[in-house]
Amino acid sequence: MMKELLYHITAFKSLPLGEVGGAALWIILLPLANFILLGLGKKYLKNMAGVLSTVLLFIAVVIALSIAYHYFFIDGKQNGVYQTITICQAHWLSLSPTMNVELGIQLDALSVMMLVVVTFISSMVHLFSLGYMKGEERYANYFAYLGLFTFSMLGLVAATNLLQLYMCWELVGVSSYLLIGFYFEKPSAVAAAKKAFIVTRFADLGLLIGILILSFNTGSFDFQTVIQSLTNTQSSSFISITASSFLGMSTLTWGLILIFIGGAGKSAMLPLHIWLPDAMEGPTPVSALIHAATMVVAGVFLVAKLFAVFAIDVTALQLVGYVGSASALFAAIIACTQTDIKRVLAYSTMSQIGYMMFALGVSKYGGEEGLGYSAALFHLFTHAFFKSLLFLCAGAVIHLVHSNEMKDMGGLRKLMPVTHIAFLIACLAIAGVPPFAGFFSKEEILSATYKNNKGIYILALFTSAVTAFYMFRLYFSIFWNKSFDNHHHEHHGEGTITMKLPLLILMLCAAAVGFIPFSEFISSDNHPFHSAIHIGFSILPVVLGLCGITLAAFLYFKQNDRPDKIVNSIQVLYKTAYRKFYVDELYLFITKKIIFNGIAKPAAWIDKNIVDSCMNGVASITTTISATIKNMQSGKVQQYALYFFAGVAVLLMAVLYVWK
Amino acid sequence: MTVGLTHIIVLSTALFFIGMFGLFTRRNMITMLMSIELLLNSVNINFVAFNKYLYPAKMDGVFFSVFIITVAAAEAAVAIAIIINLYRTHKSIDVDDVADLKQ
Repeated sequence: MMKELLYHITAFKSLPLGEVGGAALWIILLPLANFILLGLGKKYLKNMAGVLSTVLLFIAVVIALSIAYHYFFIDGKQNGVYQTITICQAHWLSLSPTMNVELGIQLDALSVMMLVVVTFISSMVHLFSLGYMKGEERYANYFAYLGLFTFSMLGLVAATNLLQLYMCWELVGVSSYLLIGFYFEKPSAVAAAKKAFIVTRFADLGLLIGILILSFNTGSFDFQTVIQSLTNTQSSSFISITASSFLGMSTLTWGLILIFIGGAGKSAMLPLHIWLPDAMEGPTPVSALIHAATMVVAGVFLVAKLFAVFAIDVTALQLVGYVGSASALFAAIIACTQTDIKRVLAYSTMSQIGYMMFALGVSKYGGEEGLGYSAALFHLFTHAFFKSLLFLCAGAVIHLVHSNEMKDMGGLRKLMPVTHIAFLIACLAIAGVPPFAGFFSKEEILSATYKNNKGIYILALFTSAVTAFYMFRLYFSIFWNKSFDNHHHEHHGEGTITMKLPLLILMLCAAAVGFIPFSEFISSDNHPFHSAIHIGFSILPVVLGLCGITLAAFLYFKQNDRPDKIVNSIQVLYKTAYRKFYVDELYLFITKKIIFNGIAKPAAWIDKNIVDSCMNGVASITTTISATIKNMQSGKVQQYALYFFAGVAVLLMAVLYVWK
Repeated sequence: MTVGLTHIIVLSTALFFIGMFGLFTRRNMITMLMSIELLLNSVNINFVAFNKYLYPAKMDGVFFSVFIITVAAAEAAVAIAIIINLYRTHKSIDVDDVADLKQ
C-alpha cells in the first residue's frame, strides 16, 4: 500500500528552488499534523495544545519566508519571467485515459505570496489566541480547527488543478463553519454558522459548475493546461467553447461568471455578502484570520489565478468590476451606521475586497496594462496585515470591555496604549494616508481604475472617503469620546505579552509593507514591471481621506449631540443603511415567502399525498393479499395433498386442451 | 368375454380414485399410507397393461413397475418410521393432531 502510494508520487522534479522547494510540502503538512495531533490527542495535550500549534505554525512561516526569498530573489525568475514550478504531484484519480486528477503543490508568484500571507497571519493569530482563548473549555478544539483551516487554505493557494482547489475551497468552508459556530451554546452563533455555510455552499455550486464547464471543454483540470488552451485563440477547445452559446452569452462567459459567483460567495460580494457580518459571532482572532485576511480573499485569488482567461472575456471581467465597485460602496455606507465594532470591521472587509475585485475587473492582461491586477493583489497583501491588526485590536478591546457595542467603549487610550497606537496605524493604513501600507495599494488601484473606467474611479474615490470616515468614527468612539467607565470592571490591562506581540509585529507590517515594489513581483503575465506613485495623482484621494477623518473627528472626538442631530435629519436614509439596505429581509422574503410557499410546500404536498400514498397503497395491498392467502397454509397434510392433486388436474387440462 | 385394455384401465382408474378418496378422507395416518399404496399400484397396473397390450415385444413397463414397487417399499418403511415417531411425541396418529407444519 505504502509502496504503491510512493510510486504514485512523482519524484520531486529537478527543482530550480533547490533544497527549499521540497520543504513547501511541509508548509502544508505542518498545519495538517497540528490538526490531527490536537484532534486525536486533545485529552492529553490540554494547555500544551496552543503552544504546540503555534510552534508548528512558526516553523511553517520560516519555511514559507525562505521559499519566498528563494523564489523571488534567487531562482524563481528565468529570462525575466517568474516561472510556475510544480513542487510535487501525487496521482489521485483517472477519469479517462487522458484526464487525470493530481494532488500536489504548484508555486507561481501569486501562490508564493499567498503562502507567506496565510502562514504569517495565521501564526500571528495563533500567538494572539494563546492569551485570548485562555481558560476556554474547548481550547484544544479551537487550535485544531485553526490547524484545519490553515491546512486547507494553504492547499487552496498551492493547488495544481481546479479540482484540488475546489476540495480545499470546501474544506475552508467547513473550518469556517466550525469556527463561526465555536460558541455553539449561543443560538445566534449556530444560526450564523449555518447561514455562512449555506450561502457559501450555494455560491460554490456555481464554482463547481464553472469548473466543470471549463474542464469539460479543455479536457483537463490542470491550471496551466486550462489557461493555455483557453488563452490560445487558435486552439480547438477555445473555438468550441466560444462557438456554443446559451442565452446570448458564450459558454466561456458562462463558465467564468459561474466561477466568479463561487468567488463572490466566499469573498462576500453583493448580493452574497449576507453571511459575513453574521460570521462575527465566532471568536475575534478567527474573524481576523478567516473573515478578514485569508479565506474571504479566496475569491480574489481565484479570479487572479484564472485572470489570463478572464482577460479574454470582456463580459465576465466587466461583471467582476461592477460587482466589486458596487460592493465596495454599499458596504462602506452600511459600515458608517453599524454600532457593533466587529460588524463595522466586517463591512469594511467587504468594502476592501470590493476594491480588489474591481481592480481586477478594470485590469488588462500583460505588462503595464496589467497594473490593476498587481494593484488588486497588492491591496490583498497590505489589507491582510492592517485588517487582521484591526480585528486583533478589536479582540483586545472586547477582551477588556466584554462587549462589542461602541456605546460601551470610549476613552480607552490610557488603558490600552499599545492597542491604541496599533489601531491608529491600521486606521491610517486603511484610510490611505501616506506613508502607511494602504496608501500605496489604494493609489495603484485608483490609478489603474482611472485609466480604464472613469465611472468606477469616481465610485472608488467616494468609497475611499467614506472608508476614512467610518474607520475614524470607530477609532474615536473606542479610544476617545467619553472617558471610560471603569468601576464595574476589574482592570486586567491589555493582556499578556503574547497578545501584545502580534499587535506590534502587525503594526510594523501595516506601516511598512507599502514600500514593497509589488508589481516587480506579482504581475498578470509574470513579467515584472515598475510602477511609480504619481504625487499629483494621489493628492485628491488623500485629501478626500483626510476630509473623512476630519469629519469623523468633528463628530466623534468628544461626546456631543451632533451625530444624533445628523441621524435625525436623515432618518429614513440612516435607518435603511442601519438595517443593511434590507438585503437580509429580501432574502428572507424570497426564501420564506416565495421559495417556501411556491416550491417547498407543493413539494411537501406531493410527497405527503402522492408519493406516500403510493407507498402506503402498495403496502396495504400486500397486507390484504397475504392475510387472505395465509389460511391456505393450515399445516393439514391432506389439504396440501388436495392442492397438489388439483394443481396436477389443472395442468393436465391445460396440456390436453390449451397447448395440445 | 376376453379381458381387454379398456377393462384394465377402468380398474386402475377406479383403484386410483379409491386411493385418492382414502387419502383425503381418512384421518388415520396408517390408512392414508395404505391409500398411497393403492395409488402407486394403480400406476403399476397401467404400466404392466400398456406394456402387454401395446408393446408386447418390450419389457420397459414391467421394469418400471418393479422400480415403483421397490420405491413404494422404501417409502412405506420411511413413512411408518415417521408415524411411529409422531406417535411417541403426540400420542396420536390422527393427521389433524399434527398440524405443526404451519408454524
